[in-house]
Amino acid sequence: MNSSKVISIILKVSAFIVMLILVAIIGYVMILGIPQLKLSLFQWKYTSDNVSMLPSIINTILMVVFSLLIAVPLGLGAAIFLTQYKREGKIVKLIRMTSETLSGIPSIVYGLFGNIFFATFCGFGYSLLSGALTMSIMVLPLILRTSEEALLAVPDALAEGSLALGAGKIRTISAVLLPSAMPGIVSGVILGMGRILGESAALIYTAGTAATMASGLLSQARTLSVHMYALTSEGLHMEEARAVAAVLMVLVLIVNFISRKIGKKAGGKNE
Amino acid sequence: MKKERLFKVIFATSALFSVVAVGVISIFLFASAIPTIAEIGPLKFLLGTTWKPGSNLYGILPMILGSIVVTLISIIIGVPLGIATALYLTFFASNKVKKVMNPSVELLAGIPSVVYGFFGLMVLVPIMRTVTGNGKSILTASILLSVMILPTIVTVSQSSLNALDPALLEGALALGDSKERAVLRVMMPAASSGIMSSVVLGIGRSIGETMAVVMVAGNQPRIPSSLLEGARTMTANIVLEMGYAADLHREALLATGAVLFVFILLINLSFSLIRRKKK
Repeated sequence: MNSSKVISIILKVSAFIVMLILVAIIGYVMILGIPQLKLSLFQWKYTSDNVSMLPSIINTILMVVFSLLIAVPLGLGAAIFLTQYKREGKIVKLIRMTSETLSGIPSIVYGLFGNIFFATFCGFGYSLLSGALTMSIMVLPLILRTSEEALLAVPDALAEGSLALGAGKIRTISAVLLPSAMPGIVSGVILGMGRILGESAALIYTAGTAATMASGLLSQARTLSVHMYALTSEGLHMEEARAVAAVLMVLVLIVNFISRKIGKKAGGKNE
Repeated sequence: MKKERLFKVIFATSALFSVVAVGVISIFLFASAIPTIAEIGPLKFLLGTTWKPGSNLYGILPMILGSIVVTLISIIIGVPLGIATALYLTFFASNKVKKVMNPSVELLAGIPSVVYGFFGLMVLVPIMRTVTGNGKSILTASILLSVMILPTIVTVSQSSLNALDPALLEGALALGDSKERAVLRVMMPAASSGIMSSVVLGIGRSIGETMAVVMVAGNQPRIPSSLLEGARTMTANIVLEMGYAADLHREALLATGAVLFVFILLINLSFSLIRRKKK
């Protein structure tokens, strides 16, 4: 056998292993989890008897909504600034550098920061608010980058045409640029949803671990991922943990699928 | 025109938000960590080998080493697999295969850490148990992490390979090389800085990963003597004890976070240095 053959086989096998790992993880989580799904896991109120995950699911939705309410305007605004107002210069370099730094910070460090800053220093305690504020900083770089890519993909001629017709810059941005960049922006926002959905390390010590439904911005909010971690680390409810893993997996698959579908509409920019 | 100015200010402010965020995060982490490290003693903290909050001993050397070793092994396993996959996808895979594999790799990136941890606990740990004591070990954590960093390695390497001039490959082929050898000898070295940055990003993900590691690494706060022993990483140290820690113990955990943060900043710095070299 010559060396080319060997190389070819090694590369093929590697790719095959990667696929195998993915199939194994998804298959295992589903096969183990789906038989454990039962109605009592979706009851409105959590008790230590029913170990319901519905409150955590609702907390997750609240967490996603509030985090994105903060992160999307900031990220989008920043992307507009970086594409439409200032593309170069010291400030822009600084913004890019810090945004890259933010995307490299591990979630547990965000958790610690959220704990000392939002929960303790600002006095929000373990709460939906502390969690959402922490999450919003965490997904900000992702929203910024995807929005920026989407805005850059809009042909310059479109904006120039609008300006030539006498429209102001703001009107051009709101009536021409944003609508054409919308699929790319939305696909990025959905990726952000996925990040918040899967996050646990940054939320345990900011949003807390009480398994009840959040009753307000200042009450604790255990999301589904944190719920999953709590169940596994306590080790008392492994069957329920399996069910939660399957539900999480399905949600991740859905989010991923939608983001891809919309991203494709954006012209395959997210390839 | 007033409206135009107002909006420009709004956009500029949102753009500056990430600068402010990095500033506030650094200030708050270091403002709480530096006095703590001074109180414990920098050497006792960073090089101390015993972590026993009950006896007021706060040495985090075992955790620093734990993080480094777990990360290193995960890179040794994950990087070759990831780069080989990227090479295959870029130069050999048919469009059909690409259409299936690219979304799959993306999906691998979207699976939550806790689900990885759960999978590790239920599948990897029992397998490892046949080799070693209770199955939770440095090696178990590293294997799991190597899977978790695969998407980063594959996608970043792939995009740098895709950015290469196809004439490079054609030239090598014209000189009589086989495609496989040309890819390995010409294309891979040509994309080396992009591949290097994928590795650096992978290191960052690996050292910062928390939940999956906590579930499979064993978490013993001592310097391990073999890869089949359990170890505790800096991230695990924080997440395990933050819930009940108070006073100096809590401060020491925050300081552990600050040390981890410094590691991440160094990794980020080398990442941008590699990229600047490329330009």
